[in-house]
Amino acid sequence: MREPLLEILPLRRLALIALLAGIGSPSLLSTNAGAAVLPEERADLLYHSYDGGGAKINGPSVLVRKNVGDAVSVGLNHYVDNVTSASIDVLVSASKYTERREENSLNLDYLRQKTTMSLGYTRSLESDYDATTLNLGIAQDMFGDLTTVSMSFALGDNTVRQNGNDTFREDSQARSYRVGVTQILTTKLIMALTFETISDQGYLNNPYRSVRYVDPSSPAGYSFQQEVYPRTRTSNAIALRGNYYLEQHAALHAGVRLFQDTWNIDATTYELGYTLPYGEDWTLEARFRLHDQGNAEFYSDLFPYQDAQNYLARDKELSSFTSTSFGIGASYDFGRGWSMIDRGSLNLQLDYIQFDYDNFRDLTVSAPVGEEPLYSFDATVTRIFASFWF
Amino acid sequence: MNRIAGPVIAIALLLLAGCAIEPWVKPYERANLADPIMSFNRDPVSASYLHHVYDSREGARGADIATGGGCGCN
Repeated sequence: MREPLLEILPLRRLALIALLAGIGSPSLLSTNAGAAVLPEERADLLYHSYDGGGAKINGPSVLVRKNVGDAVSVGLNHYVDNVTSASIDVLVSASKYTERREENSLNLDYLRQKTTMSLGYTRSLESDYDATTLNLGIAQDMFGDLTTVSMSFALGDNTVRQNGNDTFREDSQARSYRVGVTQILTTKLIMALTFETISDQGYLNNPYRSVRYVDPSSPAGYSFQQEVYPRTRTSNAIALRGNYYLEQHAALHAGVRLFQDTWNIDATTYELGYTLPYGEDWTLEARFRLHDQGNAEFYSDLFPYQDAQNYLARDKELSSFTSTSFGIGASYDFGRGWSMIDRGSLNLQLDYIQFDYDNFRDLTVSAPVGEEPLYSFDATVTRIFASFWF
Repeated sequence: MNRIAGPVIAIALLLLAGCAIEPWVKPYERANLADPIMSFNRDPVSASYLHHVYDSREGARGADIATGGGCGCN
């Protein structure tokens, strides 16, 4: 069986949920916590590139955010992914493939006194996966504008197809409930606490992906069968982040997120960042991130025999692993005093990510069954963008 | 579930205690906090993309500051 989207589809499912999560801020386009204001009027032209583990993904993202009157802000975003993949999964049991995905979103924010209400609609299309998301959010400033409380809800509806199999069609739905509090603690410290529950149901696995099991009758010593996921999943995540202003006009950022779900995945993520303005026009950034997670209870790199249990997964995103990343960035401001814009900036951001798996093995290396080396890979993420405020 | 519930309850109680307190940082004392470098989400489109890179390759999800539209396939 050709498996052109072996890696992509389950990832898409995960990120669709992340997309649902995005409403909390309220909407993709809002900025800082604090006094109730509409999102900045700005345009962004971004080129993104991911290169790692045999996959190359790049494309543009264009955002325009403009006010209509004093109380309404409208944002439009167009996003494209061009994918070429020969990842470890593809190398093991499929052939290299290319794909394109396009996404469009519309976001509305309405400001009334100290309350911001938001509404968003996102539609994503590709050859074998359609996703539609509707989100609603509200944020309220209180206690002398020291505190901002936000709540949001998102509803996602997805259609899963399988290239090469016209009879295959499945659906899934996702719901996200999110509460956030942003609190000014001192003249130099602001913190944000976010809690989010995401629940999905329906077809949650990947029609292309397989698990492997011990099979003495096979020359390789193992064979593959299609993976089987539960049809429901509920996750809880809580994150605490803080920004601290340093005397020499710099900022320190730190955060931690705890995660747990009904598939028995536990994860902890740490973030640390530093932002330093340099001269009149430059801003420099450095960041570090560490993510550590345990595997889903129905995950295994090698099952003892066919149909060994009700649910079966060998998706490395559901395995036990650590990812470590370092990033740097530079931003150059220009255009102050120009007639067409208030200001602009040119930006370059580079991130290096290392993935080290604890129980996902590299089957491209010949070795006794179950003794293949553990898989690891690194990736480079590049973002180049120009922003204009008007 | 307990791993999440403990911090939620503790922080909720702290926040409730805060309701009884007068605002202690006056508006004219917030210049540092208003500096763009103190933003949780200074460049939303850029930050959103990076979050998707992680969300697509990790089992955890949600409670991000800057997630939003974008692809699951990264």
